[in-house]
Amino acid sequence: MSIVMEQVDTWWFDCGPLQAIPVRGARIVRTPRRDIAVFRSANDEVFALDNRCPHKGGPLSEGIVHGRKVACPLHNWIIDLETGQATGADKGCTRSFPVKLENGRVYLDMGIAAAP
Amino acid sequence: MTQAAGLPRRKLVVLGNGMAAGRVLEELFARAPERYDVTVFGAEPRVNYDRIMLSPVLAGDKSFEDIVVHDDAWYQRHAVDLRRGETVVGIDRAARTVATQAGAVEAYDDLVIAVGSRPILIPVPGHDLPGVVTFRDLDDVNAMLAASQLGGNAVVIGGGLLGLEAAAGLALRGMNTTVIHLMPTLMERQLDPNAAYLLQKAIEKRGIEILTSANTSAILGDGRVEAVRLEDGRTLPADLVVMAVGIRPHVALARDAGLEVKRGVVVDDFMRTSDPSIFAVGECVEHRGNCYGLVAPLYEMAKTLAASLAGEPAAPYAGSALSTKLKVTGVDLFSAGDFSEGDERDEIVLRDPARGIYKRVVLRDNRIVGAVLYGDTADGSWYFDMLKKGTDIAGLRDTLIFGQANQGGGVLDPRAAVAALSDDAEICGCNGVCKGVITQAIVAKGLSSLDDVRAQTKASASCGQCTSKVEALLAATLGDGYAANARKPMCKCVDLTHEEVRGFILSKELKSVPATMQELGWKTSCGCPTCRPALNYYLVCAWPGEYRDDAQSRYINERVHANIQKDGTFSVIPRMWGGLTTPAELRAIADVADRFKIPTVKVTGGQRIDLLGVRKEDLPAVWAELNAAGMVSGQAYAKGLRTVKTCVGSEWCRFGTQDSTGLGVKLERFLCGSWTPAKVKLAVSGCPRNCAEATVKDFGVVCVESGYDIHIAGAAGLHVRATDLLGHVETEEEAIECIAAAMQLYREQAAYLDRVWKWVEKAGLEKVRAAIMDDPENRRALLERFKKSQRAVQRDPWAERAAGREANEFTPLAVLTPIRRRMAAE
Repeated sequence: MSIVMEQVDTWWFDCGPLQAIPVRGARIVRTPRRDIAVFRSANDEVFALDNRCPHKGGPLSEGIVHGRKVACPLHNWIIDLETGQATGADKGCTRSFPVKLENGRVYLDMGIAAAP
Repeated sequence: MTQAAGLPRRKLVVLGNGMAAGRVLEELFARAPERYDVTVFGAEPRVNYDRIMLSPVLAGDKSFEDIVVHDDAWYQRHAVDLRRGETVVGIDRAARTVATQAGAVEAYDDLVIAVGSRPILIPVPGHDLPGVVTFRDLDDVNAMLAASQLGGNAVVIGGGLLGLEAAAGLALRGMNTTVIHLMPTLMERQLDPNAAYLLQKAIEKRGIEILTSANTSAILGDGRVEAVRLEDGRTLPADLVVMAVGIRPHVALARDAGLEVKRGVVVDDFMRTSDPSIFAVGECVEHRGNCYGLVAPLYEMAKTLAASLAGEPAAPYAGSALSTKLKVTGVDLFSAGDFSEGDERDEIVLRDPARGIYKRVVLRDNRIVGAVLYGDTADGSWYFDMLKKGTDIAGLRDTLIFGQANQGGGVLDPRAAVAALSDDAEICGCNGVCKGVITQAIVAKGLSSLDDVRAQTKASASCGQCTSKVEALLAATLGDGYAANARKPMCKCVDLTHEEVRGFILSKELKSVPATMQELGWKTSCGCPTCRPALNYYLVCAWPGEYRDDAQSRYINERVHANIQKDGTFSVIPRMWGGLTTPAELRAIADVADRFKIPTVKVTGGQRIDLLGVRKEDLPAVWAELNAAGMVSGQAYAKGLRTVKTCVGSEWCRFGTQDSTGLGVKLERFLCGSWTPAKVKLAVSGCPRNCAEATVKDFGVVCVESGYDIHIAGAAGLHVRATDLLGHVETEEEAIECIAAAMQLYREQAAYLDRVWKWVEKAGLEKVRAAIMDDPENRRALLERFKKSQRAVQRDPWAERAAGREANEFTPLAVLTPIRRRMAAE
């Protein structure tokens, strides 16, 4: 018999200080399930996406960040950092994850990010 | 709503007598003048004054009397017991009393903590020397004024709002003033880099020196401050040091009393602390995770608190949107809300380089979420009002950036707009050229291109901002005849071509990305992936050793000095000078491949060895091992010198005429490390049989009995093209000199991403030949410029990174290792 439990807790995992991510750049957070790219915009906003371009799986964390978008390093697809959606004529979406900035530190909700 | 008369008055004690306390009392007395007996403890020995006006006092625009908020009469009128100069040192929550330093005890029914914040002192050696002051209260201002009367040098640490206001004041008072700022741009929390660039220019114009990315390591002096030392070793003489690096909420009292304290004293939406009879307000509080250091939020908090104290139903305080203005005479600057960079769907930018104006309004879903204005801030409050109200601006979007005064008119397309102008309307503000002059010149002189108009009228020849208007005039005057030779702008962010941007970077001495974008009228705030790498290259090329390379404007391969592969791993190619290697190098490569389980080892087309499938985090260690065997980065990832392919030449080959291998090694050692508009490949063949295939390279040398044939502009990729013969020289030295000079000419002239052949086709082979082969003086000048730029870059990027530079680039931010999940179901 299996018991289905609804997960209600959020599990905010302290990934480190915002300063550790370059402005208009990204770092990855390695989890057992996936690498998550954590982006920092020029205005110190943070975004978290699965580190795989919807096109050919390119590592988005290595792309050029401009505004709220990143250009994939492999084939220059432009991905929206907020939604994970490809922009322009390209179609596809990579998963985005809850992330927050508190007291200058970056937190990822691992309840979601580390789940299947 | 005030309480019924006759009830006993309650006792209110207020700790702190700053702007928050003053405003709370004012609001309280307006609502319920009879409700409380009030006692105020203020640490400063004076009445309540407007702290944000201290800058004008320092600058001499106002006196202390001008900035007093509540004079003695006010305290008397409201029967407030003001204990000036008395500091409270303890709160006894059980007894509901506070105790002062002098030992007095005062009882309260309700207590308000409004003790504000403390300036942050950086704990460097010497921070407690006499002559080091903060900028918080009137005593600090008096200390600065006293110091400024003696003249000398002032160093302000901190390029934020307060630091810059202090610096402006001290400079006005005659001190030789320097601002040290830790970050690369001024007021980085309130301004984007573009506005910060204009601000820095304006502040420097006042004779204030600004050092950005500068970290203070010590304050020096024997008994009194004498100098400030920076981390990079520079020492600045200083008779006065002002620390203005930020504020920290003052929480000691609240913490000692056992109240909930995080960064600030934690309050709810009614300004209540964790003790229901203790409230807190102003800079000392933390509300919904935010601490505030500006005056507007504090006034909003005061309103809520006063209503609760008065027993009225109070509107909960919901946090504040912030706006900032800099109080330096002659500098107009406004910033509000969230002004994240970039997304062109969401921002409107207006730049007027001639008048030094920059305006940027950031939109989300047709609502203003942020605004930065520099040079003309008249519409700041208009934007801020719409920001706070969440006004839908869809209807005025097209004219929004022109401000409130320019609403209501219809919008014309640019060509119609120019056509509608009268003949005496000014088109080019820099050179004062009006429309009639341009159209007459086009007709009378038969002009057909933008360059013609520039040459004949000077319109659009200075800042380039009016380029689109001049083009619209050309199109309107010539009709379809103009569209045929349409220019290609660099990208959608700017109307200028690559060549024009390069020209202006030199002529206007633009030395940073924000400076270039402002002075050339970029239409976006921070550019796009097309123009940013190009601008970064143009600045690297124009100002060697001076311009600071922007890693985030570089493509990943150049940022991490390796080539990204389809699976996100990287390839590593060490230099093999001229294609030569040794048994020791080969052993080291084999060892590295074994140790790091590198899956593929391949010989490249450029006569070297490629290690494919290296994990990013292994790169520094792989490089360290290759370095240890004497190998350096092959720059196989760079828009720069890649390989110099050679044949064995006269050393072994029975047909060889010259030492082609030796020349290849010399060329590669001389040219490597240089950044170029696109990749550059060379080859040297020892005889006309051309085994090194030199006639399909960007630059090639074919050795002959009488010397060296210099070839240029070959290609063997997407485009195949045999080289053109540039010329013939007799010695190896001349061959190296010619190729280096040609490479420099290419570096200086070509559009970013144009390979050598494309540049030569655009520039014309004859012109290139004239500049290199026929003009020895020009050739030597090019060579000198090349050498200068090489001095700035010729070091091994691998060794630097193996030694720890940019270590963050190669490691994850965090690693989450699996843990066993507890099974709650058991």
